[in-house]
Amino acid sequence: MPFIPHTETEISEMLAAIGAPSIDALFDEIPAALRIKSLAAIPDALSEMEVGRLMQQRASQDGRPLNFLGAGAYEHHIPAAVWAIVTRGEFYSAYTPYQAEASQGTLQLLYEYQTMMSSLTGMEVSNASLYDGASALAEACLMSVRAHRRSKSARIVVPSTLNPTYLSVSRAVTEGQNLSFTVLPYEPGKGTLQFSRLEALKGEDITAVVIQQPNFFGLMEDVDAITDWAHANNALVIAVVNPLSLALFKPPGEWGTKGVDIVVGDGQPLGVPLSSGGPYFGFMTTRMEHVRQMPGRIIGRTVDLDGKQGFTLTLQAREQHIRRSKATSNICTNQGLLVTAATIHMSLLGAAGLEAVAATSQRQTSKLVERLARIPGVKVVFDGYRFHEAVLQLPTKVSEVLEALAKRNIVGGLDLSKLYPELGNALLVCATEMRTDADLDSYASALADVLERKP
Amino acid sequence: MSNIPADLKYLDSHEWARVESDGTVTIGISDHAQGALGDLVFVEVPEVGKSLSKGAAAAVVESVKAASDVYSPLSGEVIAANDALSGSPELVNSDPYGAGWLFKLKPSNAGELQQLLDAKAYEKVVADAAH
Amino acid sequence: MSHITEPLIFKHSRPGRSAVGQYPQGASAEVPEKFRRSKRAALPEVSELQAVRHFTRLSQLNFSIDTHFYPLGSCTMKYNPRACNAFAMLPEFLGRHPLAPNSVSQGFLACLYELQEMLKEVTGMKGVSLTPMAGAQGEFAGVAMIRAYHRARNDLERTEIIVPDAAHGTNPATATMCGCTVVEIPSLPNGDIDIDALKAALGPKTAGIMLTNPSTLGVFERRIQEVARLVHDAGGLLYYDGANLNAILGKVRPGDMGFDVIHMNLHKTFSTPHGGGGPGSGAVGVGQRLLPFLPIPIVGRDGDSYRWLDENDIPQTIGRLSAFMGNAGVLLRAYVYMRMLGREGMHRVAEFSALNANYLLARLKKAGFDPAYPERRASHEFIITMKRQAKELGVNAMDFAKRLLDYGFHAPTTYFPLLVPECLLIEPTETEAKEELDGFVEAMIAIQAEAEQDAAKVKGAPYNLPVRRLDDVRAAKQLDLTYGMRNTE
Repeated sequence: MPFIPHTETEISEMLAAIGAPSIDALFDEIPAALRIKSLAAIPDALSEMEVGRLMQQRASQDGRPLNFLGAGAYEHHIPAAVWAIVTRGEFYSAYTPYQAEASQGTLQLLYEYQTMMSSLTGMEVSNASLYDGASALAEACLMSVRAHRRSKSARIVVPSTLNPTYLSVSRAVTEGQNLSFTVLPYEPGKGTLQFSRLEALKGEDITAVVIQQPNFFGLMEDVDAITDWAHANNALVIAVVNPLSLALFKPPGEWGTKGVDIVVGDGQPLGVPLSSGGPYFGFMTTRMEHVRQMPGRIIGRTVDLDGKQGFTLTLQAREQHIRRSKATSNICTNQGLLVTAATIHMSLLGAAGLEAVAATSQRQTSKLVERLARIPGVKVVFDGYRFHEAVLQLPTKVSEVLEALAKRNIVGGLDLSKLYPELGNALLVCATEMRTDADLDSYASALADVLERKP
Repeated sequence: MSNIPADLKYLDSHEWARVESDGTVTIGISDHAQGALGDLVFVEVPEVGKSLSKGAAAAVVESVKAASDVYSPLSGEVIAANDALSGSPELVNSDPYGAGWLFKLKPSNAGELQQLLDAKAYEKVVADAAH
Repeated sequence: MSHITEPLIFKHSRPGRSAVGQYPQGASAEVPEKFRRSKRAALPEVSELQAVRHFTRLSQLNFSIDTHFYPLGSCTMKYNPRACNAFAMLPEFLGRHPLAPNSVSQGFLACLYELQEMLKEVTGMKGVSLTPMAGAQGEFAGVAMIRAYHRARNDLERTEIIVPDAAHGTNPATATMCGCTVVEIPSLPNGDIDIDALKAALGPKTAGIMLTNPSTLGVFERRIQEVARLVHDAGGLLYYDGANLNAILGKVRPGDMGFDVIHMNLHKTFSTPHGGGGPGSGAVGVGQRLLPFLPIPIVGRDGDSYRWLDENDIPQTIGRLSAFMGNAGVLLRAYVYMRMLGREGMHRVAEFSALNANYLLARLKKAGFDPAYPERRASHEFIITMKRQAKELGVNAMDFAKRLLDYGFHAPTTYFPLLVPECLLIEPTETEAKEELDGFVEAMIAIQAEAEQDAAKVKGAPYNLPVRRLDDVRAAKQLDLTYGMRNTE
């Protein structure tokens, strides 16, 4: 019996100590009518070898296509040391650090993580992570409603250049708490927020303004102007950022005159593989004045009985296991294992390493765009300064192009035509430092073939 | 045995109220409450000028193991809040009826005072809670 | 363990140090001034060996299932099979982008589809969504679906959620997050729900009830079918908190008990790693009534090919809860685990977790400890109370917990559920051997003797760990949440 160590002798001894005639008798409190007869639809057990073969078959079926998709999850090189350490049993199979003395490894690591994220985002304090970037934004919206004493509207202004799934998740998670979302359009042809539409809201009661930088199209917003406008209009500012990009770009804590109020995003680019969609982790940093409104776990440094430095969960009174129905959020787990990976990754790369990865990714995307734009019918939609993603317009239906590319073992990008119909046959492409020049050439020649309708 | 001054009024949610000579009312939490919470780490007091109704959540007291709402025993306008608590929340533990006061009200409904518990009635509340 | 001290990584930093082999050389970005970062982030500058040594040493400061018996009640700390990790991390799964076309995702989708089907079977539900990223998110989905159901029938008054006082804190927190009001009902001294109180709480405003069975008190709610009938007759729905599913896996199905929606904690019952606090996965299962509202995306099958079902397929969905499709890597681990257990293995989970729990309960009872519900069978966990020790010796549950750490056992859950004073909630799980359980009993007996002879010794524990007891009050009052916030020591 896999994972069950009991011998027949032991079973007898244990039943004798309990005073029960059989294991079945241990369930005598359960009404007989409810007892399962059989789980017929569950297949027979497989040995580890057999399930390994099955999983390898399934994996091989999917293969390893060349990836040019970003849209919130990015393929970067992760040093081998990261997951070698993360999968050590002491990290992998440890639990939430409720017994602090038995969890100093996890707790110290989280304190180091909080320090690094605060500095990276230019803010004063960080929590120990949330589930992912999208739900972190939802939590930030709820937090802004709690933290903003004077605003009564619970109205959140978001640009349409925010990752559409992030908006969709924010709506779903805040459903039932009477928030409203006002979506502002981007400047056609420019791809960044139409500032005049923001200005038109002057004097209205707005709780928070959300800014994504770089935005979903990979372009840079005028974050200083937007931040200052929001603060002048008595709104809080929530920044949604790619943490890798912060190696190059001014962090949200320095946007505008005062800096933003809450920063969120997905930490996946820092040492977490694409993994078919998760687990990733959401990060949140903020000002000290809002720390009691911040959801999720927070680690603090303190001393023990002998005066020795130690780390522990703190400010727990805000959390679900104490506050119950008045909690800041119902969140219980954080994404501990992924934060462990990110902390090790950031330590191995340092600021210089992250800068190099970010710069190389930006350069490879730039080269990709140059190559693809040379193909007849392919246009670059927005000309502005971009990070490592770009919007291209194709002469034909994007979904068909992507299917054809998939047959050539290339994942070509994200079809934008349903999300932004005004852009027509639009495709969001991304090339990170992992795409070599030869990879870029492969994509260009494949796309050229596909558009020429070659088989 | 917790301390329950005879000259104060109480709520069964462990707040106390003292009517001052000028008719204003000072409010805090009882010795029993501070003992149950443990060392306070943070106190959130209401804003001066805020209008409260009787029974409304007016303040929050937070210890390592719990964060509790403090309910206003009376309706009225907040005329003062104890700012010393932001630096020294432990005053509520060491002197809950004196330096650990939370806020002061100008009461708007004189009749509500009658509805509060006197010291003897509150003693019984505390005794029952001990089970 | 107590001899290991590892400084903060920032102490190992020196300007100019790096693990330079790890990143590309030669590219520099030309960033326009208005966007440019002027000062680098304060990240470590260390060599690769320094980083490896630092984090390896940190890991050695932890208790974990791989190193210690971890009887944390309600957390189900069973062995996390390494095969689950190995196969979930096959390069093709690891390198796959979540939005890759369905045509290059069939292998991955097949695993998830079969996981959905197996979870339906073991829970007796009609539909499953794997997207919630944690138990608490699964709870949110469950309550949101209940609200959506009533609203779709124009039953707008139903905003109350009934929660037993023994419930896990996430339950009332979730209800509030969904815009509902919480109505708490008491439990009886024998651990069952107070049916009279339930009847009084039910009415036209009842949206539903959140229950776990067995409850957090470690006992099976024997009149669950009656509870279900009462709630349904009043027009409400039943939500099952699957935190304790390990107790009944293969024995009873929540769907058969009358529950309309259940969330499962894959990181508990299905053995995905706890990871020092996450990631979890809170898959939800629903009965017929709530099928239209499941969170998306869900894997669907057309013939022998798989695809994602989205807003177009499930128009009344409560929506998306994650940017992609939940914690895919965790789902693959759960899938591998369930395939290795197979049908017979599923039955055995509850059987052996009940055997271990009841054995441990019997031995502790015999050794003189006080079970909270002495007349009841343990489910997969049980509660003992240290109320007597606290009163007679001044040694409480927390003191026992800290001294257990010195004996090499992670402490059980303390002070939950809130209803039982000075409680230890103990869940051994089915993967522990008898001698581990015996060792735990011996340790408890030894600590009891210590408490009787020298209470101060127990109260001062732990002594053999990297740190002694920590000053929680100072941690909350003098907030030191990042290196440099208070000082650079």
